[in-house]
Amino acid sequence: MQKGNLSTLKKLKKAYFGLLLHELSINILKAELNEQALLKGLANNDSKAVETLYKSHFNMIQHFVLNNNGSFDDARDVFQEAMIALYEKVQSDSFVLTCQIKTYLFSICKHLWLKRLHQMSKFSGSLNVEEDSISVDDDLIDFEKKDAAFEMMHYALNSLGEPCKSLLEGYYINKKGMQELADNFGYTNADNAKNQKYKCLLRLKKLFFAQYSIGD
Amino acid sequence: MEDRKLLETIEDYLTGKMSAQEMATFEITRKNTPELDQMVVEHSLFLQQMDAYATRRNFTKLTESTFQHLLARGEWAMNSALPSKVKMIQLWNKYKKVTAIAASVGGFIALATSAFIMYFAPSLNGNKLLQLSKDIEVIKKNQQVQGHLLNEVKSKVPENATLLSGGSGFLIDPKGYIITNAHVIKGNGAIVINNLGQELHASIIYADKNIDLALLKIEDKDFSAPATIPFTIRKKMSDLGEEIFTLGYPRNDNTIVYGKGYLSAQTGFEGDSSTFQVQISANPGSSGAPLFNDKAELIGIISTREKLAVGVAFAIKSNKIIDLMHAVNDKEEANDVKLKISKEAHQETFNRKNQITNYKNYIFSVRSYN
Repeated sequence: MQKGNLSTLKKLKKAYFGLLLHELSINILKAELNEQALLKGLANNDSKAVETLYKSHFNMIQHFVLNNNGSFDDARDVFQEAMIALYEKVQSDSFVLTCQIKTYLFSICKHLWLKRLHQMSKFSGSLNVEEDSISVDDDLIDFEKKDAAFEMMHYALNSLGEPCKSLLEGYYINKKGMQELADNFGYTNADNAKNQKYKCLLRLKKLFFAQYSIGD
Repeated sequence: MEDRKLLETIEDYLTGKMSAQEMATFEITRKNTPELDQMVVEHSLFLQQMDAYATRRNFTKLTESTFQHLLARGEWAMNSALPSKVKMIQLWNKYKKVTAIAASVGGFIALATSAFIMYFAPSLNGNKLLQLSKDIEVIKKNQQVQGHLLNEVKSKVPENATLLSGGSGFLIDPKGYIITNAHVIKGNGAIVINNLGQELHASIIYADKNIDLALLKIEDKDFSAPATIPFTIRKKMSDLGEEIFTLGYPRNDNTIVYGKGYLSAQTGFEGDSSTFQVQISANPGSSGAPLFNDKAELIGIISTREKLAVGVAFAIKSNKIIDLMHAVNDKEEANDVKLKISKEAHQETFNRKNQITNYKNYIFSVRSYN
């Protein structure tokens, strides 16, 4: 009985070490898979993924910004912009990330912060950098284009006034149905609400395209 | 109406809300009508932009709430300047020994200095602060001058008593209660002198050296009590930059002096939270002088000034006066002391000149003797 037990233990030990070795070899693979899963979560607006990214990388950015003439709030803003850039990048079909998430976020933040320092003419000529970074120029051009369009839409929507702003936001952003919006806003029927929405939409398009054609 | 239907149809087409048959018909019409085609392209671009806008806005909200959530959970310390770790470690390794020696020497010096200061200056903060009470000699001289000028009036200071200190004070209750600094009252007895030069006997009711406030009561048949107090006491902290003025007796000839300034910091010497800093010219004798704002509120009482910085004075916050009044009311209930905190200010148009003319009757020069 005791002998049997001993041999089982030996077998278990062997299996365990085998597993350990195996784990070691797949650890590298696993890290990569983790990053992929994280990016997938990000693309799907998964709040857990966003939280994980903040938890694992915000400190690095805070560190970098604080060491380069910035404040905590600056770090928060810059990191948020980098998150948006990454988010919009993973949304596109042709998305490939050629480096670690950490490196990507840091590169974007570094460039954005450098630009802001230049704008505030606070740049001292050299950055205090400890992290690796890659060239993200193309991504940044893309990001800035999207940023400009976002600002235009934001401005156009905010110049509409009520009830146009809330009605259009309800329909296009919160994806509510016309009947629901008619009830919310107190129109007697959906057709009246549609009529109002149409008038608002014309105004919004006019406001938006007035800037968009100039800007592009 | 037709335009509206048209745009709705285009939108249905672009967002895939059409049936296959409708779609086919629409596409044929589109091919044959360049205007329609143009409208479709334009609206498609617009919807794309709107979609991008909506997506980014929703994501921004998500990052914001995530960030706030993590911040609230204490994931990051806000505004903590994190020094560069690597550099710090390098510097630490390099200067470890020097730092250790410097720290021990520094520690020794710090201890020795504080022992030294504790021994030689038990009450005041190093030598950087100057209490604004007048010293004995000045008062003595002042008494001589007064004696010379007003021969017929006999001083109410007992003949064999020595004057120890003096300053300013002000009435806070019509029954004759006067607030001044505790350091103004160095002796056992006190007199107050009103702005007409009339001396009045006063008894010391209460003195708290920690907050540096004292309460006197005029006990003299010559005292004509006013009906009310023309100013209120501010309960909250005053605003930075608020214009303030003071009335006190810094001069030797017992003339009331007006001074104007502003609140320059909301804490006092070395961050003391019971006092605040004012930019005003204060001289010995200003101690105990009240500070008012434009709204006829008493906001503080001048107590000390910085020795080296001209024009910088420190004042005790007015809420400390309220605290003291409450404390006295509680403690002296048996002795029938009941201080009334003035609630209504006299609204004499709040004109500064009128304010001063009125207030000066409530402000006294204070002398203490043994």
